[in-house]
Amino acid sequence: MASSFTRILSSKRNVGILSLVGGSVAAGFLLHREHVTAGEPLRRRYPASAEYPDLRKHNNCMASNLTPAIYAKLCDKATPNGYTLDQAIQTGVDNPGHPFIKTVGLVAGDEESYEVFADLLDPVIKERHNGYDPQVMKHPTDLNATKIQSGVFDERYVLSSRVRTGRSIRGLSLPPACTRAERREVERVVVDALSGLKGDLTGKYYSLTLMTEQEQQQLIDDHFLFDKPVSPLLTCAGMARDWPDARGIWHNNEKTFLIWINEEDHTRVISMEKGGNMKRVFERFCRGLKEVERLIQERGWEFMWNERLGYILTCPSNLGTGLRAGVHVKLPRLSKDPRFSKILDSLRLQKRGTGGVDTAAVGGVFDISNLDRLGQSEVQLVQTVIDGVNYLIECEKRLEKGQDIKMCSSGSNVPNTHLAGSGSVL
Amino acid sequence: MAAMKNCHNDYKMKFSVDEEFPDLSLHNNHMAKVLNKDIYSKLRGKSTPSGFTVDDVIQTGVDNPGHPFIMTVGCVAGDEESYEVFKELLDPIISDRHGGYKPTDKHKTDLNFENLKGGDDLDPNYVLSSRVRTGRSIKGFTLPPHNSRGERRGIEKLSIEALSSLDGEFKGKYYPLNGMTDAEQEQLITDHFLFDKPVSPLLTCAGMARDWPDARGIWHNDNKTFLVWVNEEDHLRVISMQKGGNMKEVFKRFCVGLQKIEEIFKKHNHGFMWNEHLGYILTCPSNLGTGLRGGVHVKLPKLSTQPKFEEILTRLRLQKRGTGGVDTASVGGVFDISNADRLGSSEVEQVQLVVDGVKLMVEMEKKLEKGESIDGMIPAQK
Repeated sequence: MASSFTRILSSKRNVGILSLVGGSVAAGFLLHREHVTAGEPLRRRYPASAEYPDLRKHNNCMASNLTPAIYAKLCDKATPNGYTLDQAIQTGVDNPGHPFIKTVGLVAGDEESYEVFADLLDPVIKERHNGYDPQVMKHPTDLNATKIQSGVFDERYVLSSRVRTGRSIRGLSLPPACTRAERREVERVVVDALSGLKGDLTGKYYSLTLMTEQEQQQLIDDHFLFDKPVSPLLTCAGMARDWPDARGIWHNNEKTFLIWINEEDHTRVISMEKGGNMKRVFERFCRGLKEVERLIQERGWEFMWNERLGYILTCPSNLGTGLRAGVHVKLPRLSKDPRFSKILDSLRLQKRGTGGVDTAAVGGVFDISNLDRLGQSEVQLVQTVIDGVNYLIECEKRLEKGQDIKMCSSGSNVPNTHLAGSGSVL
Repeated sequence: MAAMKNCHNDYKMKFSVDEEFPDLSLHNNHMAKVLNKDIYSKLRGKSTPSGFTVDDVIQTGVDNPGHPFIMTVGCVAGDEESYEVFKELLDPIISDRHGGYKPTDKHKTDLNFENLKGGDDLDPNYVLSSRVRTGRSIKGFTLPPHNSRGERRGIEKLSIEALSSLDGEFKGKYYPLNGMTDAEQEQLITDHFLFDKPVSPLLTCAGMARDWPDARGIWHNDNKTFLVWVNEEDHLRVISMQKGGNMKEVFKRFCVGLQKIEEIFKKHNHGFMWNEHLGYILTCPSNLGTGLRGGVHVKLPKLSTQPKFEEILTRLRLQKRGTGGVDTASVGGVFDISNADRLGSSEVEQVQLVVDGVKLMVEMEKKLEKGESIDGMIPAQK
């Protein structure tokens, strides 16, 4: 990473953006925590105690971890770009949460947020990611798809397979804080890189502001089009500002590799296909990601990544791999078994309805995907999904035959111990 | 007040005007009509002492392109100084919105209820209720799009102190949104007093719903004829109302109550934001001047179906809304009729227009009931 970074420092286009960060640019971006220079401290009219939010009715990770002491320590700080703690926590203050679903309740406005506000973000990360301690642990990145074993599912059960992640462009602020110019720069950089993809990855970009009605209809029919966010979790964090400026969708001609630009993250990268060939989906995912990375590096850019937190994204819940690998799978009998939830837990999997998060299952078809994001590599997580789904299918088959399911042992290679009673639900 | 540095704005200055200028090609609001690269270039480096910038002013207008038929303002003030620092943008918008009001014009304030002629004899068979509302901003605090939790709580504290010292017909009670009992909430809903967290993107995109419901609340007098909203779209929204057509009484209570409240705030060295050019300073430029909307719910089933209805309203300097408020439809021929002007005429003048105009329209309605023509009654442009 360091050598390509020095190329960035010398690239004329970027000097303007990076120079304002001050003299410690290099140190800052190498992200040893002690070296990040915070922006000029704010001058407040009221003491921290008068500004501390009322979190008595709140149930999110931010509210659980933001003590008055931490607030007092951080409330006068700002990142080099001027992003503040109040901005980071606004979404969590405005959205108290749900008694059963524990949301994160804060976002990062830029890469430096994870450093400048580490006193709050580290405990939030630890709570959300099952005990992963950013102060001492390292996150493994592994996009070598050849390591995947038996990744082709029984298509009588698995209807479709999909892997998604996000990537942020280093040097540009994240969606909660980016200016219009930065957002347009993200679009330019990514679209330019994507135009260099070849072979089965050859594709086209559809800008939200410029697409024709026909193109829009086609994207809707393909279930590719994303809408202006309506969820207050996102709008309260400022991610819908200036919509639809510099937002768009890119996909390859085969419609198996799709990239969202400037939605909740700089980019969301999705590989998918009908059927059960998760191995091929993941192989394309890795190949596509690496190729995009190479193309942006040629132009002097790189992704936000560090060895503490892996890939840096807007929401702390997506740190690490930012990866959600999942299938739509028919489990009508198993899903009615009272042991279903517990089985999923022990497999480190989660279920959703086929409309995505917070929807109900239809016709016994579930969206099954990995729970974890940080602390395990992409290969490990996808393998976990593959092994887990194969097991679930075995259970379904046994139930079909009138046999009882064989309970699996809950051993899986989880480096950060699953804390009993941590209770977080994604 | 010590100046607050807006680091984020300094960072933005590294980008060119062309790179930052918003795409307003699909927009139809006052801001979009006025803002060009020249003005943006002049203003983007500035910020008010509290750190409010031109991008903050226009965000709501960028995010809400508008409606082909309704012309929204598309910008807000973050503090009193916004109207000065961003004059080059706001003066033309104010002129467009307020009938050509010039930067050199002076606004007259008149809260002397005795200057109102009549208004106590609107026919209650037609006029179901009468209401006058305005807003007030408290000097020394920034406005809802920009204020911090500490400031908002400071405003609430000061407001409670001021309101709880009122007596006589103004004696009342404060209900904080974050602490009222279920029973109190039910009662306030039944009385149609309770305001909700704003859902309109016009408000949410301007940041006015942040930290809801912290430091928001409702105060009303025991008689339920004088009501104050704290920290909704403005620091204070003040409402005087009652059933029937006695607008004179409603306006008297309005003026007396407002003046009592203002005295108390002044004693704490936090009077209301006001100047002789823009009158009372409020969050939305559309509410400058008097910030006053005086109106009635009136039954005009026949008149409202006349082809000349809109024309009559325009000439009388009035506007109609449905009885659910702005952007609602009328039900059963009952309309909310109120003054259209805010800036450039006084409170007394605006309420006078309502009183005279409604009186005339009720007479027209009666004429139409008898099958007679109203052609001879069409007013000249006021």
